[in-house]
Amino acid sequence: MMFSSLAPPAGERGLLPDQRGRPTPWVIAIMMFVTLVVAAAGLAVANAARLLGESVAGRYSIQIPDGARVAPAAIAAAGRVPGVSAVSPVPEADVRATLQSWLGADAASAQLPLPALIDVDLGPGADPARLAAEVTRAVPHARVLAYGEQLGPVTRSLRALQWLALGLVLLMAAATAATVVLATRGAFDTHRSTIEIMHGIGATDEQLARLFQRRLARDAFVGGAAGAAAAALVLALVRTVPGSLLDDITGGPVLRPLDWFLLALLPLLGTLVAMLVARATVLKALRATL
Amino acid sequence: MGGDQVSAIVEFDSVGLRYGTGAEVLKDLDLRLPRGGFTYLTGPSGAGKTSLLKLLYLAQRPTRGRMRIFGEELSGAPRDIMPAYRRRIGVVFQDFRLVRHLSAFDNVALPLRLAGRDEAEVVGPVRELLAWVGLADRAGAKPPTLSGGEQQRVAIARAVIGHPELLVADEPTGNVDADMAARLLHLFESLNRLGTTILVATHDLSLIAATRGAQLMRLEGGRLVDPTGALRNPPLRVGEG
Repeated sequence: MMFSSLAPPAGERGLLPDQRGRPTPWVIAIMMFVTLVVAAAGLAVANAARLLGESVAGRYSIQIPDGARVAPAAIAAAGRVPGVSAVSPVPEADVRATLQSWLGADAASAQLPLPALIDVDLGPGADPARLAAEVTRAVPHARVLAYGEQLGPVTRSLRALQWLALGLVLLMAAATAATVVLATRGAFDTHRSTIEIMHGIGATDEQLARLFQRRLARDAFVGGAAGAAAAALVLALVRTVPGSLLDDITGGPVLRPLDWFLLALLPLLGTLVAMLVARATVLKALRATL
Repeated sequence: MGGDQVSAIVEFDSVGLRYGTGAEVLKDLDLRLPRGGFTYLTGPSGAGKTSLLKLLYLAQRPTRGRMRIFGEELSGAPRDIMPAYRRRIGVVFQDFRLVRHLSAFDNVALPLRLAGRDEAEVVGPVRELLAWVGLADRAGAKPPTLSGGEQQRVAIARAVIGHPELLVADEPTGNVDADMAARLLHLFESLNRLGTTILVATHDLSLIAATRGAQLMRLEGGRLVDPTGALRNPPLRVGEG
């Protein structure tokens, strides 16, 4: 129904002549491009935060300084806790590879005292306090840490970025609405004499508003489609860049089919908003006349 | 509210009009246009003729007094009902007010299209009327390419295409030659015979003289010199008679 209203009926064709090269579709295209890229980034970050949270939920780390000798006792204690679904020591090679970032070649030294790291997965209903109690009873100097707490700063940063993206999308929507208001006022002033003539011979506010809302909806649709095409191209290129941070964190594509669907809705939503804003602007301007 | 009022299409009662905070341009107008009548409005430049016409074609509200048109009190009527009344009024503006980017055909068709007529009901009458005003071969021309007289004829065709109940014309023969003026007068008289009430503001005494049985009103300084409408051709000067 929205798209059928973009084409004027025969009787209204040509009443507002098309001015080639007017800037409104271009401005809307740029705004839609930025909006879509920011929205895609926001959705990707939100997905990453969600996947990260899911991946570390119920996962704990037992850390024992210089604890290779006592690690088996800690493993056995953790395994006795009800609800523990997996207990897996981190291989020494992985620990040395991690330390290599700070110590360089010295990380391979046999003289280096290595901590024992043990990953523990808790199933639903398992009690983390019970795990900590059992492990420290077996190995008093062991520490039991929740992965979620350790990654807290990362997930909080991702959430903040997600809200920032949402704020930017809303800001762009407001800027687009303001652009439509200005474009409508400009078109209204340009065609003031035509409006006065039509008004004088019996055009209703509804008929006059329809001319402008159709014009602005068409501009928004064309601009939105162009902006969406450019944004799709950029997002496709970004996806081809290997080893992106979010892919690394989440271990897979960060935009789901539902996200693509939501992104595809934005240009249509923009068209609808442009139509309604143009209509409201014209009706308000007409109320100042008799 | 007797039968007299029923037969009046326009009734003004102590109507005044001022623009903004300026002086009144129309003062204490009491007038009555009988339904089906033919009335000329004369007066010197600046007398308020155009302002009176603006009231009649509902482009202005009076700032005081009562204004009844088509039997409805419209001086304080809500604006959303105005378009329906405007469609019953044909207007010939002194400056034509054609839509510059529309062809002569589309300008004349505009009132019918605004009224929601199907295109099939638009084409025939518009062509016929353009032929009547001598512009059959200029139907596709846009106003900037038309002469003043041609634009005036397009404006008149647009005003009458919807068979208005009230036709208000401001100097409708100001830009046409004598032959076309006679032809347009004949058109107005034909419409009048079909029931359209006509009010023509003009300085053209020959036009007034050529119309039998027309009423004459004269405005001077924003006041009707003969509010009873009893004046007849030739117009009387103030203080005469």
